[in-house]
Amino acid sequence: MNHSRRTFFLLLLALLVPFVLRAQVTPERLLHASDEPQNWLTYSGSYASQRYSLLKQVDPSNVKNLELKWVFQAQSLQKFETTPLVVDGVMYITQSPNDVVALDPKTGRVFWIYHFATSPAARPCCGIVNRGLAILGDTLFMATVDAHLVAIDAKDGHALWAVKVADAAAGYAMTMAPLVVKDKVIVGVAGGEFGVRGFIAAFEAGTGKQAWHTDTIPDPDQPGHDSWRGADWEHGGAPVWMTGSYDPELNLTYWGTGNPGPDFNAAQRIGDNLYSDSVLALDPDTGKMKWYFQFSPHDPYDYDSVQVPVLANADWNGSPRKLMFWGNRNGFFYVLDRGTGKFLAGKPFAKVNWASGLDANGRPIATPQPPGEPTYPGIQGATNWYSPSYSPRTGLFYLSTWEDYGTIFAGVNVDYKEGTRFAGGANTSPIPGADNPGGIRQGPVNTYTEALATGGVVALDPQTGQRKWKFAMHDVNTSGILTTATDLLFVGGREGYFQALDARTGALLWKENLGGDIIAGPISFQVDGKQYITITAGNSLFAFGLRE
Amino acid sequence: MKMRCLSLHKLLLCAFVCSVLLSRGTNVRAQGQDRAPEYFQSDIQYGAQIFATQCTPCHGTSGDQIPGVNFRAGQFKRVVTDNDLRATITTGVPGTAMQPFAFGASELTGIVSYLRNMSSFDARGLMVGNVANGQALFAGAGNCASCHAVNGKGPRLAPDLGDIGTLRTAEFLHRTLLDPAGSMLPANRSVHAVTKDGKVINGRRLNEDTYTVQLIDEQEHLISLTKADLREFAVLKTTPMPSYKDKFSAQELADLEAYLLSLKGVK
Repeated sequence: MNHSRRTFFLLLLALLVPFVLRAQVTPERLLHASDEPQNWLTYSGSYASQRYSLLKQVDPSNVKNLELKWVFQAQSLQKFETTPLVVDGVMYITQSPNDVVALDPKTGRVFWIYHFATSPAARPCCGIVNRGLAILGDTLFMATVDAHLVAIDAKDGHALWAVKVADAAAGYAMTMAPLVVKDKVIVGVAGGEFGVRGFIAAFEAGTGKQAWHTDTIPDPDQPGHDSWRGADWEHGGAPVWMTGSYDPELNLTYWGTGNPGPDFNAAQRIGDNLYSDSVLALDPDTGKMKWYFQFSPHDPYDYDSVQVPVLANADWNGSPRKLMFWGNRNGFFYVLDRGTGKFLAGKPFAKVNWASGLDANGRPIATPQPPGEPTYPGIQGATNWYSPSYSPRTGLFYLSTWEDYGTIFAGVNVDYKEGTRFAGGANTSPIPGADNPGGIRQGPVNTYTEALATGGVVALDPQTGQRKWKFAMHDVNTSGILTTATDLLFVGGREGYFQALDARTGALLWKENLGGDIIAGPISFQVDGKQYITITAGNSLFAFGLRE
Repeated sequence: MKMRCLSLHKLLLCAFVCSVLLSRGTNVRAQGQDRAPEYFQSDIQYGAQIFATQCTPCHGTSGDQIPGVNFRAGQFKRVVTDNDLRATITTGVPGTAMQPFAFGASELTGIVSYLRNMSSFDARGLMVGNVANGQALFAGAGNCASCHAVNGKGPRLAPDLGDIGTLRTAEFLHRTLLDPAGSMLPANRSVHAVTKDGKVINGRRLNEDTYTVQLIDEQEHLISLTKADLREFAVLKTTPMPSYKDKFSAQELADLEAYLLSLKGVK
């Protein structure tokens, strides 16, 4: 090879290498996803799941100039709960039941759509929904409502492999975005209303071969099994239906588990019912559990603890510490040491009467209400699965809330029958004639109003558990939250408004009526030097940018 | 369960058949699998009337004429939960004489409540409500028609009651007539607003969110207000609707309830 040809090839290589590297989402890039604020590489934006963006183009001084750039209308009337991925100039979303759509993030125009044919046996409890994707290399990963895991080529939308994770006919389903750690794709299963036995499983990203499987209810020869009586554990629930978080230094993933089964008749499952309503710390290489912490032992209220674990490194009592923040559906905000699972602090962030407080180990001091009297929070909780946010700049933890919301719980006996509902409850609203609180309105008219519940965004100081501020909403709030390095907070809500708040004070800075329930989380990204913020509302995905 | 399919409208149009019993005993707390936490006397009694006309031709007055089915004894072929009961009634049982019935929610609540409490139900002292008399009370002594329309006929100050028989159970209607403020759905509450330029607006709330409220005012205009533009805004927990507890006799209450339960909309 002569000098000129060598020079040409070196030049070509120099031009191509960055492109090739740019096109591959390596494990290393995922480790530092938050350092690529132009992208959104994981469900929660980073392994720490803070949903905090370093982008600064949109700030409090110009946020009022946000305007609609494009809309993508989903070909589905199901709830639209997806969080997009944005990877080097391409956006990937899911639409019900299990389609993957590749979009131009500047125009909303579609590159391709992959359709997965879901089995009619699928029976997710609460809507045929999907919350998003994971990516590694050039491969996207989607968990399906009929409990399959599918790998899809990110360039052309063709399936590479698909594996059955669990039996949909038995009530198993998957609605979460998978979590990729190193060379593995990790998922959990839903089905807590059908008496499944929950588990988390990892699959080799290249082949779909199962690497490990960890049950969320221990076997008879395992520690914690004595928290069950007889054979109750076999249909004891503890599903995992939200994406976990990961600490690479500790090499631990963190997963929230859901309710024990049957949901409401705790008399049918004596004991603490481990590991329902808990956070589990698992080794991503082996699935081995390092520690657990149970938020709501022997739960009769369906207080799923599936919230996304938020990881932060911050001072605690004057010393740096690896912390985990958790705004739980049961109405308490928790701070844990994520290396050991040690309980550090816990305090109610909303109206709570099912427990008078937490003891020194974080165990609730239960105060069951008399029959016929409402329990606070109600079935849907003081918050639920909607992603919270943590801003390292403000040091505040932000979450969406249901305020002054109660349910009259009534457990009844129910026999387990595979594939049928195994809830065991006849629960009612404390408002005579009002909608059942579990199925609170689905439409543009607020038919229950403030009498049953209101909502809002609450900013908590993790050091004290105290509310720093609250942005009150007339309706309950089912939206995820995004914060930015310019101290903006973006949030939606049931009413269809998409709002920007001052993250330090809660003051309203901008709002737009998008006309449909917002039940997903906003994200931000940058393409061609322009920052965008997207959110789903109703059956559409809206993209906003600054007016030019 | 087996029922012979009769015209529901026939039942509702027959004033002497459609009735609401007046005995208001203690509510019955449910025991057993996946049942409502309690059943209300008004619903049980409403269900008893429907059962008497729609179900007895096949099941008999004691509910034990179909082999393998005995309602009083709680014996069913397929039914376990209340939802099973509702499903069997509305979809029927293919291949048998049990036909599907197009009952509304209030009727289903009544029938299920009655079947679950048939063994303890005492029909003595039954006082039937007369639909025609109830309609007369609605327009006359009750003064209901001064605020409520029925299928578009009448004022719009209060909700149109043309389909109230499908929306509310017998128990809920009974409770509302005795305690209207306590039973009023929050969504229907009155609002009082004063704009920054002093204009007073009173009306009935139709919808509300964080920033706006939609209402129908006393002049029957549909109005949407932005809260930031208001000097005063209040949602009232009182209601102009009177209690009929001391105003009507037990018979008149039964008549009015029977009329309201007969209102099934225009379909």
